[in-house]
Amino acid sequence: MNRHNIFTVYRKELRDSLRDRRTVMSMIVIPTLMIPGIMAVAIGVSTRAINKAREEVPTVMVLGGDDSPVLRAALAAHPKLHLVRTAANWKQRISDKQLRAVIDIPAGFDAALERGTPAEVKIYHYKGELRSGFAVGELRDFLNGYREKTVTARLVGRGLPAALVKPFEVRTENVAPPEKVGGNMIGGLIPYLFIILCFTGAMYPAMDLTAGEKERGTMETILCSPVARTDLVLGKFLMVLTASLTTAVISTVVLGVSIAVRVATLGDSGMAAAASSGMDMTLDPAGLLLVLAMVLPVAVLFCAVLLAVSLFAKSIKEASSYASPMIILIIIPAMMGLMPGVELNTRLALVPILNIALVSKELVSGVFHWHYLALIFGSTCAYAAVALAFCVHMFNRESVLFRS
Amino acid sequence: MIEARNLTKVFHDKKRGEIRAVDKVSFTCRPGQVYGLLGANGAGKTTTLRLLATLLQPTGGGARVAGFDIAAEPERVRASVGFLATSTALYGRLTARETITYFGRLNGLSDAALTERIARLADDLDLHEFLDRRVEKFSTGMKQKTSIARTLVHDPAVLIFDEPTIGLDVMTARNIVRFVRDCRARGKTVIYSTHVMSEVEKLCDMVGIIHHGRLVAEGTLAELGQRYGQQDMEEIFIRAVGADTEEAA
Repeated sequence: MNRHNIFTVYRKELRDSLRDRRTVMSMIVIPTLMIPGIMAVAIGVSTRAINKAREEVPTVMVLGGDDSPVLRAALAAHPKLHLVRTAANWKQRISDKQLRAVIDIPAGFDAALERGTPAEVKIYHYKGELRSGFAVGELRDFLNGYREKTVTARLVGRGLPAALVKPFEVRTENVAPPEKVGGNMIGGLIPYLFIILCFTGAMYPAMDLTAGEKERGTMETILCSPVARTDLVLGKFLMVLTASLTTAVISTVVLGVSIAVRVATLGDSGMAAAASSGMDMTLDPAGLLLVLAMVLPVAVLFCAVLLAVSLFAKSIKEASSYASPMIILIIIPAMMGLMPGVELNTRLALVPILNIALVSKELVSGVFHWHYLALIFGSTCAYAAVALAFCVHMFNRESVLFRS
Repeated sequence: MIEARNLTKVFHDKKRGEIRAVDKVSFTCRPGQVYGLLGANGAGKTTTLRLLATLLQPTGGGARVAGFDIAAEPERVRASVGFLATSTALYGRLTARETITYFGRLNGLSDAALTERIARLADDLDLHEFLDRRVEKFSTGMKQKTSIARTLVHDPAVLIFDEPTIGLDVMTARNIVRFVRDCRARGKTVIYSTHVMSEVEKLCDMVGIIHHGRLVAEGTLAELGQRYGQQDMEEIFIRAVGADTEEAA
């Protein structure tokens, strides 16, 4: 291995690539625009949608209850419910989202309460629909309060203390640090973006430096120079890795700036509102840097595989037809890491890409499982080394270099 | 000096089976001599030259180029060879100076030696006007001159030309021919493959006719003319190839 030659090849490839608009686009412009774009769209749209749904006074219909004027009056007086006239097509109207929920009061409800006999109130809703869910919550809160009031009145009527049916209170309090909450919410998205951008950042340069050179006829020119093929492939590999990591680093910086700008724009009250709507943006900076470190061997793996696959192709078009479907292979495990309930364990720590997605989610949440980190880093380095060895092997095969 | 002995290259194709692209080819090319490798398309010229330039590994036989074995010392062979072909293109996004510098560095030239060498090549090949412009904007002639400079940057003892005039206009092709003559005059060992008969007549001291991967005839122009009873190179070629085809039949 000749370091001078590797560096000479690397320097030339870097200069050449920086003069190529497509490489600069995939390496710098796309992550610079994409990250704040995704941040703005994903966070902005979802926060706005949730807040809007929360602020909306749900439209609710009451079925029955003509003989229960007390409950009906209490419902009508509730400021967070908008009651509409009873209609026969209520089911259809729930499906059409004209109604958020329907409350069905059984006949003789008021009288049953008076007598102390149990009665059942039904709530009809549209499962999975956010606004319908909020309406159900509002109705439940109202009915719980109404029930408590009834119980208290009965106890007082019998000269008993209200605490008789409430021997203790239950209060929930969050102990997770703010970054943990944020990490769970958008933290899953960050490694996903890093992984995808690392791959896409390497994709074009890898194709250009191999299949592109074959297509333009410069491969034979460089192969007839005295540079050893291993040095040549390592120089090219370093350039592709630079592109991939530049994309990841730019993504991190842009992400950090986007979050800082977002935090500054929202202010304390805005942040609290975002946090309560599940869009907390506080991330652990040390975790974010560790994510970047964990992504390094993945980038090596991607670059080596992309170089080897692209080298096999005779043209950029052919290389693109091999490399593009690989995005799916990257996205699937990366997305699996986003799924709720998929937790890191020793077995999953050996699955490439998925392991990084899972551990990164923990890292940005401020959780550091060092044994998993070591296992993931080590296994990914091993995969990357195998991929790089394969890439060097491909560069030494004349049937690949002069494939016709 | 180039000495090829029973040089053989066999490719394996899934559909066509075994293909003997170069079959026991032996020849010697001496310093100060232009050896013309003449053959039709697909005869095996490019494969022979790629073997000599160590781009491909021989299946059998061997060769010594500038005293180095092509199989055992490929990097030293490449350091002694300048290879120019229509398939050896230039990096469009680099300037002519950057291109020459790149190949000079890979050949182990120091910065000082490179500066001196580039100045010399720019004078010899009249590159000054476009030395710092990007290759992608060059005319064919400018590209060809830059390619020649790239080939000569390390002052190789052996020059291999694989159909270097294909697709070039008359003026650019003449420049190439003049450049090959200059190389011979400077005592370089030159091997020149072509299927253009007039170039062989103008340039080559020795001619090897290659057909179906085999060297079917070899000699000076005068010797070949005498052997086949013809003065015209095209006729000589047809006879040599025809005789081989008949023999094979």
